[in-house]
Amino acid sequence: MAKGKSILVDTSRCTACRGCQVACKQWKGLPGIKTKQTGTYQNPPDLSAQTLKLVRFSEGLKENGKPYWYFFSEQCRHCIEPPCVDTIGGYAPEGASKDKETGAVLFGPKSKEAPFEEVRTSCPYNIPRQDEKTKVLVKCNLCIDRITNNRLPSCVLSCPTGAMVFGERDAILDQAKKRVEFLKQAYPKAQALNLDEVRVIYIVTDDPKKYHEYAVA
Amino acid sequence: MGVTRREFLFISGTVGAGLALSTLGVDMQPVLAYAEGLNKIDQVKSARQTYSLCYHCAVTCGLVCSTDAKTGKVINIEGDPDNPINEGSLCAKGAASLQMSARNEHRLTRVLYRKPGGDKWEVKTWDWALTQIARKIKAVRDKEFIVKNARGQVVNRVEALAHMGSSKLDNEECWMITTAMRALGLVYLDHQARVCHGPSVASLAESLGRGSMTNHVIDIGNSDCVIVMGANSAEAHPITFRWAMRAKEKGAKIIHVDPRFTRTSAVADHHAFLRAGTDVAFVGGMIKYILENNKYFEEYIRNYTNASFIVDEKFSFKDGLFSGYDPTARKYDKSSWVFKLDANGVPEKDPTFQNPRCVLQMMKAHYARYDFEKVSSITGTPVEDLKTIYEVYSSTGARDKAGVILYALGWTQHTVGVQNIRSFTIVQLLLGNIGVSGGGVAALRGQPNVQGSTDQAILAHILPGYLKTPMASLTTLDEYLAKNTPKTREPQSANWYQNTPKYMVSLLKTWFGDKATQENGFAYSYLPKVDDGQVTTLLDQIDKMYEGKIKGFTCVGQNPACSNPNTNKTRKAFAKLDWMVHINIFDNETASFWKGPGMDPKKIKTEVFLLPAAAQMEKAGSMSNTGRWLQWKYVAEKPPGDALSMGDILYRLVLKLKDLYKKEKGTFAAPILDLQWNYADARGMYDSTAVAKAMNGYFLEDVTVGDKSFKKGQCVPGFSYLQADGKTSCGIWIHCGSFTQDGTNLIARRKKDDPTGLGLYPEWAWAWPMNRRILYNRASVDANGQPWDPKRAILKWEGGKWVGDVPDGPWPPLADKEKGKLPFIMKPDGVASLFGPGLAEGPFPEHYEPLESPLAKSLISGQLASPVIRIFKSDCDKIAACDPRFHFVCSTYSCTEHWCTGADTRWQPWLTEAMPQAYVEVSKEFGELRGIKNGDKVKVESVRGKVECVAMVTTRLRPLKVGGQTLHQVGITYNYGWLFPKDCGDSANLLTPTAGDPNTGTPEYRAFMVNVTKV
Repeated sequence: MAKGKSILVDTSRCTACRGCQVACKQWKGLPGIKTKQTGTYQNPPDLSAQTLKLVRFSEGLKENGKPYWYFFSEQCRHCIEPPCVDTIGGYAPEGASKDKETGAVLFGPKSKEAPFEEVRTSCPYNIPRQDEKTKVLVKCNLCIDRITNNRLPSCVLSCPTGAMVFGERDAILDQAKKRVEFLKQAYPKAQALNLDEVRVIYIVTDDPKKYHEYAVA
Repeated sequence: MGVTRREFLFISGTVGAGLALSTLGVDMQPVLAYAEGLNKIDQVKSARQTYSLCYHCAVTCGLVCSTDAKTGKVINIEGDPDNPINEGSLCAKGAASLQMSARNEHRLTRVLYRKPGGDKWEVKTWDWALTQIARKIKAVRDKEFIVKNARGQVVNRVEALAHMGSSKLDNEECWMITTAMRALGLVYLDHQARVCHGPSVASLAESLGRGSMTNHVIDIGNSDCVIVMGANSAEAHPITFRWAMRAKEKGAKIIHVDPRFTRTSAVADHHAFLRAGTDVAFVGGMIKYILENNKYFEEYIRNYTNASFIVDEKFSFKDGLFSGYDPTARKYDKSSWVFKLDANGVPEKDPTFQNPRCVLQMMKAHYARYDFEKVSSITGTPVEDLKTIYEVYSSTGARDKAGVILYALGWTQHTVGVQNIRSFTIVQLLLGNIGVSGGGVAALRGQPNVQGSTDQAILAHILPGYLKTPMASLTTLDEYLAKNTPKTREPQSANWYQNTPKYMVSLLKTWFGDKATQENGFAYSYLPKVDDGQVTTLLDQIDKMYEGKIKGFTCVGQNPACSNPNTNKTRKAFAKLDWMVHINIFDNETASFWKGPGMDPKKIKTEVFLLPAAAQMEKAGSMSNTGRWLQWKYVAEKPPGDALSMGDILYRLVLKLKDLYKKEKGTFAAPILDLQWNYADARGMYDSTAVAKAMNGYFLEDVTVGDKSFKKGQCVPGFSYLQADGKTSCGIWIHCGSFTQDGTNLIARRKKDDPTGLGLYPEWAWAWPMNRRILYNRASVDANGQPWDPKRAILKWEGGKWVGDVPDGPWPPLADKEKGKLPFIMKPDGVASLFGPGLAEGPFPEHYEPLESPLAKSLISGQLASPVIRIFKSDCDKIAACDPRFHFVCSTYSCTEHWCTGADTRWQPWLTEAMPQAYVEVSKEFGELRGIKNGDKVKVESVRGKVECVAMVTTRLRPLKVGGQTLHQVGITYNYGWLFPKDCGDSANLLTPTAGDPNTGTPEYRAFMVNVTKV
């Protein structure tokens, strides 16, 4: 089993306060971009070179006629075997890497040498984005600078409700499994998404597609 | 595969936590340091760390600011992991705090002036502006000062000057405002609290004795059931949901009752829709359910409430009206709303509850009409939802269970605001949920220091510490004290307000020092007096301004051009002023009203001074959060440009005024000349610690109280040592004890011990009163001082003393008939009020329709709207009830990402990115009915005004069955304004009516009628 770090994103605890979305920008010095209200709380509309962490909102009616509103605080999953690193590596060997200790998947400046669409489609979660000016590929870096300095990732620190937890992968896996067992009592569809394949593990209580098209691989 | 090779290449340098990235090998640096911020960790690690506090809602989360050693600039702000309230977490607004700092290019940095008829700002100097402002204040004051009223009573007031704001200031700054404005003689003095939690103060004080949230934020985590009603806590007070979710982890249920399904509902166990403005009916049904199914905590209500008191024979209730109604005056004569007294003047009681005139039986009769079907037909809530919620919540009436109500502006901002709160306070009392850990009434305050600004009384009706504003008929201090010091014949009542003379005299000594003497009634005559019955609160202030009777207006950290109801009236009123002073960190629609929509700057004669203020991380001082915790914050960086703290601005302005009055004389100069104003440090800069100490109070002479002796000049270590003879000073008695005798600031404490394990953290910061963390905690124990629930023992009588929280008064438990006291020590009867005769609408909450209702007739009585609400008569004050042009119920509210009118948050790109433009939420069914699709641009219109915004067509709203008919309701955010960003939409308060709660004048923002059409 892969060692290193993991983040658990328990959507059943999330209130979509978007502290994580803003905290990410605060730490990384990313700008707020000009957006429009198009009939949803979700903004900006998608991940971009300026938005590496995005809370997605989706709503509808449950079978019992009561509303649901699901929140999916999206970021790079930091795959155990990251296909993006392979794809980029095929064009630019120094363009991407996986941190040995933490398992964080990292893109570097040479990633601009890799074709963006190919990298993007190689990711089962549709995470990589491209900086329009520099052509460099970007995504969440698991706050590698923070976690190697005894600090929580910005998004995890900001999370008020315990929807995001950071820790050693073994402990996080254990926590995820226990939480799913607990949630199953009330939500039979509760599951941890791609538990064995990713470091950023999402727990959902309903069909993952209802949360986000790319919630699950 | 190349992965391993690349891993080796890039990552081998990052071994081990704690290793700075700058120590990586040269080859690795370009990859890892690519994303901006990778050098930041090194900068932050070497930066100066400063504790600060969040500047938005009143959870008042802790922040850590990192200040770059070289530049002196703040480079990073994140949550303070040591602060037990937020433990490092922050919502979107808190996380964006860096964009409130000097690095935001939109911050005001220069003194700006707009001349009469001018169309632009001119840059000026501080000295020029403060001299001009002081001269203008003096000119209006000297000309318009009212020495005597029409009855010949001395009133010493000025009505031509008005002030607003601010709950965004530190306690010390608020106290300086309240002080300076009283010295000038202002009576039109108000701020955000009036449009916010005014009804909480009136309602909770009547029910329980104090007007504040009973418990504190962390304690929500100790609850068995968290009901959120009249609030959207996960969105508006996000960190309260840190604790609500903590409770849920331990098995608590979360209930949300709201016109919308919101981010709060999304994590609740139960959500129910209800029609905006029908909360009293919903809760009235719960009271009936509790009474008829014996869910109440009998021992608790017998001993600790007035449930057993016998109501006077003359009191009655019929068809929506209580006895004593005068339809001409639109007021009640309350003389029949009293208890039957025995020969000793003590209320008669029936502890068996058999007497049909006892409060419990009277309540049963009153709420008998609120059956499931009736409540459902009024509220639109399905009967099955009512049953579930009533049952789940009333289960907390068990001795070992505790439930908490979280409410906010969804309850206060109604013409029946006070009664909304009253109704659920009755539920909490019936279930024994007051005074206990995990229980209480969580009045979630909206602004960062609105608890403090209310305590300091930037309000027309009170002085600091909830002492009453003097009335004209109370011509001397003795008359004032006689009227405002309650008496009781109840043998075991502490009647704490019997100490009023000590608090009032100590306040006057703080304000006027040696000039306040026994002989001159401690300068009581210096205080402005209002005529008996005269109301000078916010809506009246604007009304008076609209009439052209107010000449000069100072406004700090508040944006009434967007936040006031029917704000077209407010905007027009500003154009009638001679001058306005606005002090803020960003420009807003108030300061720039003269260039707003429909305004022709050339025709507007109002002079405007726009003064740049310091933000929270640029000044030291204290803020009081919603749970009454006072926390201290420090300076992280200098204010940008010429900006100064409000403390500095006001300190200098008052010195200018003193100087002018000294040199040139003027009308009734004494209160200004004699005002104590020694609040600067050696450099002449505002010293918040000096103010905080004055607020705490000093011994002015050597004093011995009981077995304790104090020296002149020492801080008073608690309000039980204050004196009524002028030997102590104290600027606000409830802060007394925040400094120790030797002057140690307890507000600044950061110790994390938690002896009860219930999150009281008694050595973290300081809570008023006397560091008590849970008010009325003597009600958490039985007559012998033993906790109702040993698992949640915040207080226990053990070995002849109290253990746990600071008890609500030192006396032994109630069973000690000689020394024991009843738990509600601020109420003259010593018990909480189920029957609350002190309020304007009646002793029991009754459902009334909003002033603008979709109904022509009430579904429960002959009385449609509340018979006593405050209404206004200007040409702007139109009402369209049951009008076919406007037949959709509308409510206004906020979102997580913006704060109030967005006056601060709209300038922050991280937040406007997340919530860029105004929107109206409507149901799918409504969308179909009106041909409106999600994202369409629509016009929302009331009889008073219209706004354009984006339609959000959603399954999170739905039509309701009300009175047998299908009714649609819509909701709109009030977070926007025309100034910035340019395309964000104007204020939703162009739609709302000028109608006020009769007790407090708090406006109706939450239920009115509109039309919505596609543009």
